[in-house]
Amino acid sequence: MGGYVACRDSQMVRFSPMTLSFAIILLLAISVGVFWLGRRRARTMASGGATLHSLPGYYGVWVALWTGVPAILVLLFLLTAGPHLGQSLLSANPPAAVSSMPSETAQAFWSDARALSRGKSTSAQPWTAEQKTLLDAKAGEARRFDQVMKMAAYGMAAVLALAGFLLVWPRIAPTLRARNRVEGWINIALIACSAAAVLTTVGIVVSLMFEALRFFAVVSPLDFLFGLDWQPQIAMRADQVAAKGAFGAVPLFAGTFLIMLIAMCVAAPVGLFCAIYLSEYASPRSRAVIKPLLEVLAGVPTVVYGFFAVLTVGPAFRSFFNYIGSWLAEGPLDPLGQYLMGVQGEMALTAGVVMGIMLIPYISSLSDDIINAVPQSLRDGSYAMGATRSETVTRVILPSALPGVMGAMLLAVSRAIGETMIVTMAAGSQARITANPLESVTTVTRQMVELLTGDQSFDNAMTLSAFGLGLTLFVVTLTLNVIALRVVQKYRQAYD
Amino acid sequence: MTDPTVSDAGQARLKKRHAAERRFRLYGQLAIIIALGFLAILLGRVLQQGYTTFWTHSITVQVFLDPARIDRSDLEGNNFDYLAAGNLLKQLKVQDDELGLASGEAMDLVSRDLGFRILDTLKADPSAIGRTVTFTVPVKANADLYYKGEIKRSTPSTDRKISDRQMDWLDALKAKGQVRGHFNTAFFTKSDSTEPEQAGVLGAVVGSALMLLVAAVIAVPTGVLGAVWLEEFAAKGRMSSFIEVNINNLAAVPSIVFGLLGLVLFVNGLGFPRSAPLTGGMVLALMSLPTIIIATRAALKAVPPSIREAALGMGASRTQTVFHHVLPQASPGVMTGIILSMSHALGETAPLLMIGMVAFTPGLPETLASAASVLPVQIYIWENAAEAAYHERTAGAIIVLLAFMIVMNAAAVLLRRRFEKRW
Repeated sequence: MGGYVACRDSQMVRFSPMTLSFAIILLLAISVGVFWLGRRRARTMASGGATLHSLPGYYGVWVALWTGVPAILVLLFLLTAGPHLGQSLLSANPPAAVSSMPSETAQAFWSDARALSRGKSTSAQPWTAEQKTLLDAKAGEARRFDQVMKMAAYGMAAVLALAGFLLVWPRIAPTLRARNRVEGWINIALIACSAAAVLTTVGIVVSLMFEALRFFAVVSPLDFLFGLDWQPQIAMRADQVAAKGAFGAVPLFAGTFLIMLIAMCVAAPVGLFCAIYLSEYASPRSRAVIKPLLEVLAGVPTVVYGFFAVLTVGPAFRSFFNYIGSWLAEGPLDPLGQYLMGVQGEMALTAGVVMGIMLIPYISSLSDDIINAVPQSLRDGSYAMGATRSETVTRVILPSALPGVMGAMLLAVSRAIGETMIVTMAAGSQARITANPLESVTTVTRQMVELLTGDQSFDNAMTLSAFGLGLTLFVVTLTLNVIALRVVQKYRQAYD
Repeated sequence: MTDPTVSDAGQARLKKRHAAERRFRLYGQLAIIIALGFLAILLGRVLQQGYTTFWTHSITVQVFLDPARIDRSDLEGNNFDYLAAGNLLKQLKVQDDELGLASGEAMDLVSRDLGFRILDTLKADPSAIGRTVTFTVPVKANADLYYKGEIKRSTPSTDRKISDRQMDWLDALKAKGQVRGHFNTAFFTKSDSTEPEQAGVLGAVVGSALMLLVAAVIAVPTGVLGAVWLEEFAAKGRMSSFIEVNINNLAAVPSIVFGLLGLVLFVNGLGFPRSAPLTGGMVLALMSLPTIIIATRAALKAVPPSIREAALGMGASRTQTVFHHVLPQASPGVMTGIILSMSHALGETAPLLMIGMVAFTPGLPETLASAASVLPVQIYIWENAAEAAYHERTAGAIIVLLAFMIVMNAAAVLLRRRFEKRW
């Protein structure tokens, strides 16, 4: 773990970015030059009477690709991976004096060694003379390694560029199928680009799993998923009596669920009726006005919704309930009145309603698509039987669109669960299990933000618990999405 | 108008059905009204709370740089704000008490910028000591709120940040013409500050621009080329349908999860700097990748096959067909998708909080790797600030953010209108 933690402060950009970008620009310039050479050679051949297989430019591009691409890739790889290699080599075999230090001091030692080697200022850690010598020695080691690495990177890039060029230059001939070869390169690049999306998913899964497993090594997954007590902050100080903290996430799930439920109570009817009105009743002209306005609502950043919740909706709800409370107090419903008078703006209702507003355009546009996909013949049949419009909607269109609408609702639920800013700004931070919308609850995403902002070290359960929450969130939303997308797609195809 | 062939019971049923029809229609209209009403309230509240940000007040103070009170040997050690406050009191013809409380209160009416301005003047020209110099600086945020009527005299004095005496002084200064209201240019030319009256959005705007640049440079080519492969080259098989499912799911992954990925992979794994536009841009790039791919694929699908067939028929290779004909024809749709996904990325906050972008960052980011603030995060930070003066600035920053988004969306709409092709 020590090595991992030490990696964390290798935050400065190592190899000076100037030389790196210079090297890359140089390679690009060389590639352009080589392109020009290759094209000229092909042209000379063509003017010599030979019939070229491809346009001369393709010969140039082919040579340029062989010269530039491998060199640049190797350069980038070595310069990104190099420092980490250096880091692990440096601390792989720690001298006895360092391995006997407490882990934090050792960490400071390694980061100071690296800072020294790059001529940067060191930390304020007071080193003894003996440690100082050791530090200097290690710094020298690191410096030498950095230099070797740098030389190796630039050297290899140069060798590769030259080798690539020498490899393909003699092969330029009129019969060479240069276009096909260039297209082969393009094809590889295209595949790599679409693989990026898959790699992102893999990256998410691996990184979440990696950290979450470290968390579950400390806290049992069962305690996490079914525990009723969430008190991660206690784990801050190791010397406290209850140093372990409590990581039962059920209160968070309950809070998330409550806010999601409130949001869906607002968004589902309003969004669905918006979609029905837009697709079945609205004239094309009012549709042309209303649809973009709903898109504006969809485009408002969530941080703005959070601001709206805190400074407008929260205070409005609070004064509304306090007013009702003051009206009920000292009457037959006195306890209820007293309770309502003490209600705060941070309640679940605020976050839920604002999240509902956010989801309205989402649900309405998804449902709109689905309702529009119901074939006109069904409507015509219904009208021909004498049904009114509302009867057509409720008895014909909605039943046939139901699976799709359900899919849309599931997608909205998944968004509500993953939504962060509104709850971070407007929901409470106190974990509690309640079904009362006037209480303040906290959610999974809000806790993740709280755990991961501010000072964090990646070796305690408190910080790592955020990844447990993240993994749970990812799995739940992914499941919802998979089901919902399946349903929506299947339904869309059914009428095609 | 009743139809004689329909029985009375039938008439009654018809009436009921028509009433139900009207009710149903009303529900629909109500839903639209609710949705648009929310939009109106949301935007109205932001404007109402934010428009005052663009107006501010400055005060012109004549400061006598008293040689007796300035320590020449240690210029930085002098409390010039206090000195200037004494001058201000003298101009108001108020006698200071022996503890200097009145000067202290007067000091709280003028931005601390004044002290730095005096210091700069003296550093540039030490001979200014003994002269009277005129400075124009912003008033302190609370005084500004008083001038704007947001702090009222009617509030009990314990509940407001300005005392009765300070209010009298402010009124007197205004009456003397020393205080002038003007457009708040500082809001657009300064970066975040611990003093609300000096806090501006420039740093955040530059940070956002840098971050979007990084995101676009990475996500646009990757997304467009990836979509080209999926739509034009990939054999429709298990592989491409797997990638497709993958992309659709990725588009629905909560944004905060991308933040976790960035934290683990970029910051912890690869040692990227925290809170930097480079790291944030890479996270946003991963996040907008699926949206760009989906939009590009839709645009490519809309290009009729006849274009491809014609190009292939003329002897173009498949690559040439795609890059010389199909992609250019699809480019308005592709551009629209890119702009919309970038505008979405501009408003994204949660993943940036994960990579540590909540730090206080005064000044402009110098490089892509230095700490920066971005607009949505700036909004979040100011919203959390305790001082009331930050609240109007929060709304002001939201107006700026929304203005940028409106410009981007309008560009997308224009592009779509201008270049949209009906085949």
